Amino acid sequence: MTRIAEAFKNGKAFIPFVTCGDPDLETTARIIREMAANGADLIELGIPFSDPTAEGPVIQEANLRALSGGVTTDDIFEMVASIRTDITVPMVFMTYANVVYSYGIERFMQRSAEVGMAGLILPDVPFEEKEEFAPAAREAGMDLISLIAPTSRDRIRTIAGQAEGFVYCVSSLGVTGVRTEITTDIGAMVALVREANPEIPCAIGFGISTPEQAAAMAEHADGVIVGSAIVRLIGQYGRDAVAPVGEYVRRMKEAVRNL
Amino acid sequence: MSNSSGRFGIHGSQYIPETLMNAVLELETAYNTFKNDPDFREELSRLFNEYAGRPSRLYFAKKMTLDLGGAKIYLKREDLNHTGAHKINNVLGQALLAKKMGKTRLIAETGAGQHGVATATAAALLGMECVVYMGRVDMERQALNVYRMRLLGSEVRAVDSGTGTLKDAVSETFREWTNRIDDTHYCLGSVMGPHPFPTIVRDFQAVISSEIREQMLAVEGRLPDVVMACVGGGSNAIGSFYHFINDPAVRLIGCEAAGRGINTNETAATISTGSLGIFHGMKSYFCQDSYGQIAPVYSISAGLDYPGIGPEHAMLHDQGRAEYVPVTDEEAVQAFEYLSRMEGIIPAIESAHAVAHAIKIAPAMDPDRIIVITISGRGDKDCAAIARYRGEDIRE
Repeated sequence: MTRIAEAFKNGKAFIPFVTCGDPDLETTARIIREMAANGADLIELGIPFSDPTAEGPVIQEANLRALSGGVTTDDIFEMVASIRTDITVPMVFMTYANVVYSYGIERFMQRSAEVGMAGLILPDVPFEEKEEFAPAAREAGMDLISLIAPTSRDRIRTIAGQAEGFVYCVSSLGVTGVRTEITTDIGAMVALVREANPEIPCAIGFGISTPEQAAAMAEHADGVIVGSAIVRLIGQYGRDAVAPVGEYVRRMKEAVRNL
Repeated sequence: MSNSSGRFGIHGSQYIPETLMNAVLELETAYNTFKNDPDFREELSRLFNEYAGRPSRLYFAKKMTLDLGGAKIYLKREDLNHTGAHKINNVLGQALLAKKMGKTRLIAETGAGQHGVATATAAALLGMECVVYMGRVDMERQALNVYRMRLLGSEVRAVDSGTGTLKDAVSETFREWTNRIDDTHYCLGSVMGPHPFPTIVRDFQAVISSEIREQMLAVEGRLPDVVMACVGGGSNAIGSFYHFINDPAVRLIGCEAAGRGINTNETAATISTGSLGIFHGMKSYFCQDSYGQIAPVYSISAGLDYPGIGPEHAMLHDQGRAEYVPVTDEEAVQAFEYLSRMEGIIPAIESAHAVAHAIKIAPAMDPDRIIVITISGRGDKDCAAIARYRGEDIRE
C-alpha cells in the first residue's frame, strides 16, 4: 500500500491545498501542522510558479505573493524536511512542468522522496507527456498523479488504467477557483474510472468551497480537494491564517467523514 | 518537419491541462483533413489573394542597396497586406478552419495588437464572435489597435496578471479556452503553444517563403544568399524561412529583441539569454531564472516582448541551420528611421529589428550577394511610441 492509499482509510478523504511561501514559509509550516491536526487526510503543497496557467485569480495571486517573498524550490524542500520530524500525514506536491524540469527531473524526484513527499501533481503534463517524468518518479517511489476532466470522455479509460496514487477528477471546465454550482456529471466520470481501475481512489477538485458542496461531491467519490477557498483565507488573514484554516479544515472533514 | 506528437527535435509537444487535450486532438484531426481538401485550399487562396492582397511584393530597395554599398537588398512587403502585417495569413487560415469545425467564436491573445486586429478582422469577415486578450500595459502603448479591434466588433479584455504583457495575454487566453471549448477556437498568433499550433501557424505563414522563392527566381534567376526576419514567437520568420530550409546555401537569420541589451535584465532575446524549459504548452528556450520562474522580459516592441521562441526555431538553432542574433531598441529605432527616410517605407518596430541587422551585415557583403528582409508589418502603429522614445510627445 502506498502512503497515498492510507489517506483514503479514514472515511472519505479531505485534501486541502496550500501554496508554499504564501505569505512566508514559516506560516506555511504552521498551516500544514494545523491542517494535519484538524483531520486533513492528504495535503497538497503548491510550489509557486510565475505563470500558473491552470489557476484562477486566487491561486495566481498566492503564487505571486510567495515568489515576491523570494521563496525557491530548495527553500520548500527544507521546510518540508523540517516538519516531517513530527508530521506523518501523506503529502504531495502540486506544481508546473517547468519547475520540475528546470530543477532536473531526477534530482527533483529524489529530493522530494528524501524529504518525505508521496507524490506529485503536474497540471500541465497530460497523459501523452507523462513518460518524461514517470520513470524518475517511479525510481524515487513517488506517485505521479493523473488528472481527468469533464472533456476527457474516451480518454478516461486509458488514463485511469495507468493511474497511480489517486485520480484527480477535475469537476468543471476552466481553471481553479470557487464556484457556486458544479454541473458536471461527476458520478459518470468516477464510474468510468472505476470500470478501468477498480482499486484507484478518486478525489474531486476545482470549485469546491462549502461543506455542503464537499458532501455532495464526496457522495460520488473517495475524497474532495479544496484549494482556492483555503488560499483565499490565507490571502485575507496572512500570518494569522493558521487558526481560521484549521477551523475550516475541521468543518470540511466533518462534512465528508461519515458519508 | 514535426513528428506525430509534434516534436521538433527535442522541442515542442503538448504540455497542457487534460481539459484541453481533446480540443487540440480534434484540431489536429480537422487540420489534417482540411489542409488537403481542394475546396478549403481554394477558399483560403481566394481570401489570401482577393481579401488580404497577396501575393505581397518583393521590392528591390535600390537606394538602401547603394547607400550600404554591399549586398543587394530586397524587401518582402508583408506590411502591404490587409491589416498591415503578416498576421492576416495565419488568421484567415485558422478562422476558416475553425468555421469548418463548426466553431462560432474566436479568442486570441495579442501583444502589439496586430494579431488581435487580424483576428478581429477575420471574425468580422466570417461572421464569428471574437474576444481578444491584451495585457494592460500593451493596451496603453497600443491604444490605436485597441480601438481598431473594438471598431471591428470584437471585445478586448484587459489582462492584469503577471507583467500585463504578451505572455500574460497568452496565459489568460489558454485559461479562457479551458473554460469554453465547445464553440470556441483559440486562434493562436504565433508558431508556439502546444502541437498542432506551431505546425498549423507555420503552414499558413509559409506562403511568405513560397512567394519569395518564386519571385526571386523570376527576377534574379537564383535563390537569395540571406533571408532574415524578426523573431518574437517567430511566425513571420518561420514563414520566411520555411521553403529555404532544405537549401543550405541560403543563410537564415532571425533577429531577436535585445531591448536595452543582452547583458541587462531588460531584454527579450530568448536564444541569446534563455535556457531550455517547458511553458505555454511547449518545450523550447525561455528567459527564466535557475528555478524555472519565467522572467519578465522587455523590448520597445510589444510584438517581440515574449519570453520564449517557437519550437521549430529552437530546433533550427540546435541544428545550426538558422542563426539568431540580438538587436537592441536603439538599433531598431535607428533602422525604423533609416528605412523611412531611405525608401519611404515606415516598417513596424518589430520588422525594424531585421532591418537593423541587415544594415550591419550588408556593407561587408559582395554586391553580387542578395539579402531578403521580411518587413513583417507597417509602422504607423509605432509612430507615437518612437516619437516618445526620441523625447517628443505627440498626441494621436
